[in-house]
Amino acid sequence: MMAALFRTWATELRRDRVAFVLTFLLPVIFFSVFAVLFGGMGGGGATNPVTIAVVDEDGSEASRRLVEQLRRDKGLRVCTESGDPPAPLDRPAALGLVERGRVPIAVVIPEGFGEGFGMFLAGDVPAIELLADTSDPVAPQMVGGLLQGAAMTAAPDLMMQRGLEMFERYGGAFTEQQRAAVSDWLPMLRAATEEAAAGSNGGTDDAASSDGPAFCGPVAVKVVDVLGEKKTDRSRAVSLSASGIAVMFLLFMAAGGAGTLLEEQENGVLERLLSSRLTMGRLLLGKWAFLTTVGVVQVTVMFAWGMLFGLEFLRHLPGFAVMTVSTAAAGSALGLVLATACRTRAQLAGLSTIVILMMSALGGSMLPRVFMPEALRMVGLATFNGWALDGYNKVFWRELGAASLWPQVLVLAAMTAAFLVIARGLARRWEAA
Amino acid sequence: MGLLGPNGAGKTTLVRAIAGRVRLDEGRITLLGRDLGANGSDQGDQGRARLGIVPQEIALYGLLTPVENLRTFGALYGLRGGDLRERIEWAMAWTGLEDRAHARVATFSGGMKRRLNIACAVLHRPEVVLLDEPTVGVDPQSRERIWEMLAGLRAAGASLMLTTHQLDEAQRVCDRIIIIDHGRVIADGRLDELVARTVGPGRRVRLTLDREADAAMLGAERDGDGRTLVWRVSDVAAELAAALDRVRAAGYAVEDVHVEAPSLHAVFIHLTGRELRE
Repeated sequence: MMAALFRTWATELRRDRVAFVLTFLLPVIFFSVFAVLFGGMGGGGATNPVTIAVVDEDGSEASRRLVEQLRRDKGLRVCTESGDPPAPLDRPAALGLVERGRVPIAVVIPEGFGEGFGMFLAGDVPAIELLADTSDPVAPQMVGGLLQGAAMTAAPDLMMQRGLEMFERYGGAFTEQQRAAVSDWLPMLRAATEEAAAGSNGGTDDAASSDGPAFCGPVAVKVVDVLGEKKTDRSRAVSLSASGIAVMFLLFMAAGGAGTLLEEQENGVLERLLSSRLTMGRLLLGKWAFLTTVGVVQVTVMFAWGMLFGLEFLRHLPGFAVMTVSTAAAGSALGLVLATACRTRAQLAGLSTIVILMMSALGGSMLPRVFMPEALRMVGLATFNGWALDGYNKVFWRELGAASLWPQVLVLAAMTAAFLVIARGLARRWEAA
Repeated sequence: MGLLGPNGAGKTTLVRAIAGRVRLDEGRITLLGRDLGANGSDQGDQGRARLGIVPQEIALYGLLTPVENLRTFGALYGLRGGDLRERIEWAMAWTGLEDRAHARVATFSGGMKRRLNIACAVLHRPEVVLLDEPTVGVDPQSRERIWEMLAGLRAAGASLMLTTHQLDEAQRVCDRIIIIDHGRVIADGRLDELVARTVGPGRRVRLTLDREADAAMLGAERDGDGRTLVWRVSDVAAELAAALDRVRAAGYAVEDVHVEAPSLHAVFIHLTGRELRE
């Protein structure tokens, strides 16, 4: 008797493709995505290079060689120029790149760096500044460590020269014989350094790091949080989670709301609606406008509630409004695509769960994209969530004005149009047969 | 007008075509002398404003009240303001649902839903109403109430076209019968015309005997298991007595006697056969 029941249930499960996929395929897909996400994070700089801006205000040999050494590191992608035609970066330009989120960190080698290079005991040696967006807490630590390694390997000859000068200053002058020996040996050290640099292509040790504002190592490094001075950490963290969760639940709402089309089709209401003056185009536009309105209210309620947790909502109202309307419009259109692609509510539940959770994972709703490897960050840009969250990030994290949101608004508007066209095409099957 | 036919004959497809929900391979549909264009076109909108369509399904919003449902579908047919309110009041009285005006439709009985289903389609005073199985799945009391409602519409001047498998009801309420099969009209006319053209106006006398009998020897047609014999008669009083005498004389006992007037059921079976349609 039990065997007969087992056989029946197994046949049902096999024939219900949605349930089958949810049972076996979805966990595998999710595991794969998260394995890539977290595996990539642990992979270190060598496999996921961090793009950094470097400003050489010093222009000394030491600074130039340090920049060259940084370039050789596989863990870094070094950018020293910007604009068209390309011009060397200065401090304001680099600051702008960090503020706009183009790079997570800018390294500024200050004037006088070369003079003090290798003078470990001199108190007034200018420190290298790391202009950082600490929404990425990993990058400053990593770049700081790589800098120390680069300084050690970039110019050991210069460092030795400085060391000997220091020795002379505090320990007394060398004899002529000692001086001659050093001057014979220094070019050899330099040649060996260059040879080693040419032979290996990076792979410097990134172990050195520090929690403090300056790193202990051959060069002094100071982290400047270019955004953090404007707000509290609490507000930042809340804004990240609020936008991530809001966008994900907006999608669930839109898919569920658009699913009423399937209910209307099943119970005959759709037939009745389309027998009146209503056309399918008007019906879809009406649903889209309705879902967009609900979405705007839903996200607004969530952000307003976030004020209880320190979210600075009212101060960012214009940018929030622009992003929320764009996001709700695109999310609602995507909901219509999902609903029109399915035949039944059960199919919609399965498909929307897969699509929304995947997009949320890749787009940064679950884990902010700044924590992801570079390659996955780029993949995230293919998702609806990625663009929406980048926009909210600009508003609440970078404190940029509504005018700066045009790339996100443009992409979301294009997505809205594309989704609506697709949904209209898929809904054709419900029109006159 | 009753539109009849076996399952799969094309009744619902025809209703959907008139509603503009089926693309025509050829031909055109006219309503009251006007061509019905595609839905969404001016011609289609104007033409179909004169048409009310009652679907076979209970096509209502279950979470809404009857008043809210009526408001929704009335608005879709262009009713507004005072006119819409007045028609909703009329519909609530017409369906007898006034005391449930603010209850959710999902809590209604099948008969109540059927009545509201019809009301939503006639709120805009259509001149022609298409009803696809308007009484399917309801109890006899609700069915009677629905026929009363439809009679009221008819008295007010509307033309009704209904599809149904309840042939006794169709026979009772329809002035004109159309029977279709395999997508084609196979009979069209008043019931008496169809009877005359098919089974003939005579009565059928059906006798059930105590055992199987030789029908041909008794001048009858054999029916079913051979114990039931059928005679077609024009004078029941004279021919029934003669049949009974003949049976008794042959040594059979009569267990049951039926006299059937020519019915729509007989016409229908005559035209479409007894073969099951799946």
